[in-house]
Amino acid sequence: MRHIWKNPRVLLALVAAIILLVFLPRVVAHFDTRHTNLFAVLLIVGGAILFYTFRAQQGVKYFVRKIPGIAAIEEAVGRATEMGRPVLYVAGTQDLDNVQTVAGITILSSVAKRVAEYDAHLEMPTSRSLVMTTARETAKESYLAAGRPDAYNEEHIYYVTDEQFGFVAYVNGYMVRQRPATCIYMGAFFAESLIFAETGHSIGAIQIAGTAQPQQLPFFVAACDYTLIGEELFATSAYLSQDPKLIGSLRGQDFGKAFVMLFILLGSILSTLALLFKSGALTVLAHWVQAFFTIKSS
Amino acid sequence: MIRVTLPVLLTSVIGLLLVAAFFFRGMDRVNSDLSEYFNIIAAVAFILGGGNLVRMHLDKVQRRRPGWPYSIVTVVAFLFTLIAGLFKIGNAQGWTGPVEAQGSWFNFTYDAMFNPLQATMFSLLAFFVASASYRAFRARNVEATLLLGAALIILLGRTFVGGLLTSWLPERLAFLSIPNLSNWIMSTVNLAGARAIIIGIGLGVISTSLKIILGIERSYLGGRES
Repeated sequence: MRHIWKNPRVLLALVAAIILLVFLPRVVAHFDTRHTNLFAVLLIVGGAILFYTFRAQQGVKYFVRKIPGIAAIEEAVGRATEMGRPVLYVAGTQDLDNVQTVAGITILSSVAKRVAEYDAHLEMPTSRSLVMTTARETAKESYLAAGRPDAYNEEHIYYVTDEQFGFVAYVNGYMVRQRPATCIYMGAFFAESLIFAETGHSIGAIQIAGTAQPQQLPFFVAACDYTLIGEELFATSAYLSQDPKLIGSLRGQDFGKAFVMLFILLGSILSTLALLFKSGALTVLAHWVQAFFTIKSS
Repeated sequence: MIRVTLPVLLTSVIGLLLVAAFFFRGMDRVNSDLSEYFNIIAAVAFILGGGNLVRMHLDKVQRRRPGWPYSIVTVVAFLFTLIAGLFKIGNAQGWTGPVEAQGSWFNFTYDAMFNPLQATMFSLLAFFVASASYRAFRARNVEATLLLGAALIILLGRTFVGGLLTSWLPERLAFLSIPNLSNWIMSTVNLAGARAIIIGIGLGVISTSLKIILGIERSYLGGRES
């Protein structure tokens, strides 16, 4: 029990709690009550994610269903090694302020590790300078973690241009000239999604894509071998690393999904009953359920 | 230790600050100010990216690697645009005028070269849509046939042909007209599927953001603990 105070996280939590208690009245006074509903959603969903992460850290095992697209990454890297051709990795066309790009970089970490283990060649053109610097740092650490720091060459991760179609022209040209065996697209994509995927298909590359841009998903589904749909993009890092903490967070995400589903079901039933019985009370309840997930603008 | 702890700490503080800015009054400027800081950092990082681009292509030219003549085009175009923009060459309003002023070399480069090239790349999409659709809509199984049917209805429903083909339908069967079926598929079947994906994405974004803010997700640091 005495050792608990030596834990820096416990000390940090204690300091945070004291600060919160001291400033609580001022904090409450400044709280924007229009967003109370979203604060509640954040607490419930965020709390669930943290709870399951903590449980996983304690040793509780959670099942993660097999996601073919992620499972195929290893096979795709292996194929590139056998063929002696590069693995092309594109982390979208947006900057690091986009969470999809961050997800793309986190997946790169696992992909680069596999590439280093297989002694394959990773090629990563980027459309943003900051993405280039971050990706270089990430890949370097992955090569180091795989015990192959000598195989890392930072010149294989480079900046091309910020311009969307300039970047497309370069990547397409690279694909046609170098004919990578594997093309991995993970991040935020717009009109370029289909141009990349169709060019990749024409050169016979095995293609794995993942994006949270709903409008681009059909293009990737039509032209790629495997597509990570929406939330799967954010689950990839956990799946590949098999880190219990990250897998625990997926369980929390599922809890959030169940919570949302419950509200959708409740709202649908209440709205239907309110219409059927012309009940004012049920209408008010249905509106309340709807308002629970509504962002009130200022 | 500092190479891991410091970035994680910075990410946590900034992330929590942005979350707080949404929920508390008087913090409206935090979001816009931090976005501006990001833009400043990105602009500085561009020097790094641009420098890397020139260095890489000059190296390619020097070593006569395959495709080196294209590298000359890249470097010349890069330097020309940079100089034309920085020194506002041909700008009638001189140094004080906007960089994209009519008649400036920069504007000419943009209008006469960059825009047509960009449009050329974009126009490739039309052909790629056709080839991808051909593969996706082949009636190989039940699902693909359903997809083909839905695509056909939407395609026809979005053109005058759809209305023309079903204009003979009586008023009470108007809901079966191709434009109406197309609208129904888009606003009911398609929207339901899209919303399910969007909800999943929203939860994934919350989860990833939380993991990064709290330092649970450190893969972007190469997975180092500390």
